[in-house]
Amino acid sequence: MATSGVKKVSWAEIRLWRVGLLAAFLLLWEAATRRAWVDPFFVSQPTVLAAQIFDWIRSGFIFRHLFVTMEETIIGFVLGTLLGVAVGFAFAHWQTLAHVFDPLMVALNAMPRVVLAPLFILWFGLGLLSKVVMVISLVFFVVFFSTYTGIREVDRDLVNNARILGASRRHLISHVLLPSALTWIFSSLRTSVGFALIGAVVGEYLGSHEGMGYVISYAESMFNATGVLAGLLVLMAAVIAIDIGLKRLDARFSYWKPVPK
Amino acid sequence: MSGAGRTGSIALEQVTQRFALPREDREFTAVQDVSFDVGGGEFVSIVGPSGCGKSTLLSLIAGLVPVTAGRITLDGRPVDGVNPRLGFVFQRDALFPWKTVAQNVGLPLLFRGVDAAAAGPRVADWIARIGLTGFEGYHPHQLSGGMRKRVALAMTMVYEPEIVLMDEPFGALDVQTRNLMENDLLEIWAQLRRTVVFVTHDLEEAIALSDRIVVMTASPGRVKAVYAITLPRPRSVTEIRFHPDFGRLYETIWKDLKDEVRIGYERSQKGLVG
Repeated sequence: MATSGVKKVSWAEIRLWRVGLLAAFLLLWEAATRRAWVDPFFVSQPTVLAAQIFDWIRSGFIFRHLFVTMEETIIGFVLGTLLGVAVGFAFAHWQTLAHVFDPLMVALNAMPRVVLAPLFILWFGLGLLSKVVMVISLVFFVVFFSTYTGIREVDRDLVNNARILGASRRHLISHVLLPSALTWIFSSLRTSVGFALIGAVVGEYLGSHEGMGYVISYAESMFNATGVLAGLLVLMAAVIAIDIGLKRLDARFSYWKPVPK
Repeated sequence: MSGAGRTGSIALEQVTQRFALPREDREFTAVQDVSFDVGGGEFVSIVGPSGCGKSTLLSLIAGLVPVTAGRITLDGRPVDGVNPRLGFVFQRDALFPWKTVAQNVGLPLLFRGVDAAAAGPRVADWIARIGLTGFEGYHPHQLSGGMRKRVALAMTMVYEPEIVLMDEPFGALDVQTRNLMENDLLEIWAQLRRTVVFVTHDLEEAIALSDRIVVMTASPGRVKAVYAITLPRPRSVTEIRFHPDFGRLYETIWKDLKDEVRIGYERSQKGLVG
């Protein structure tokens, strides 16, 4: 088995390792809490967690909160993305605009927006709006910077070729700049989905009466480690589901790219 | 069919191009006082050592970059921005990777507002002429280097530009593919008789294809000499090399060129040329 140099590991083998490690981790956790090496009060227990999530699903309790969080995430994500693409395009199009606002963008981006959450709640209330604004503030910058870079990094030969072939300004955007920037935009979207959910959950955590952030915050205030961890697991599952969806969408828009072997 | 009176003539008068090198706080003169004429329907090659500003001249004629000093006219009218009567085949095939072969070839017609019904047959005709019928739905990354070059050629020829500028178009191809492409180009040129300005560093290629050759000096590029290539047409690039005059022409022009190539090489070794 042990061969020198690079050994090609099959996918089946990799999957086996993944599942095996996860199972070992869960078993160890379960055993450690059962034998009271660690107090389950602090770290909960896999079987208890599973029971909690199952219970949430059966009673429908979790769906109401998950729906609220997803609503804020998706609305904020869509608006933040549209805004980011639009402003990114505008900056790439009007150089003066870019020069004037560049320091402001960098400064705003450098500011930790999560800390702004209490202000947003103060300004926009405990409901949906404050969370949507929070999500937009996180998603916008990621998408903006990658759109702006994507357009500036467009192959100069392609732009020159399009100009010589007779492209108008509008043609140039729809046939060259946008398709070319789309790759960058998509890779940023997958990053910003995570940010979007963080924004919504942090917003809820700090001030709201529904949503996953509220569920976690409530469980925490009851010193209920199981509730906190179960909430996090549900969120994790939601992010993975969205990421798979975006990956499929990306593949649809990248049909023209060579498939890496 | 002589070139006189045809449209598609080019005149360069004392053309100079300087670029600012802001980091080094100095200017770089790419070409200096370049003057020559190209008649309508003529095939002219520009040869010279690397970095002599051959490609710069094409960008200037195409109107992609404004000249620093001097004047370029197309049929007597000064170049003022990108001219729609002109075609440009780039060194790297500048195909649009997200478009299919048919969409790439049809793109200039779309840009020019030709409606789809009229564009369809023209695109199909050019795809047939470059021998890629059946590949209409392929994307560029699925094609070989030679096929991509053919698509780039068709994309330029489909709107029948009066002047075609080519910047070392076949430089990246293997010798066999390259000879095939050169013959195809000569055939297309013989049929359509468009003006061609062809930049290359390969003297054999230049002699085999051209009516005249402009030899440039090492940087800053100036015109060192202009040679008329009197070899008979129609030519096959693989056979014309055995013509008795070919070797003589090669020797004469190479004498001019080799000093410049050496100067260019020595400078590039010293890092004086960017």
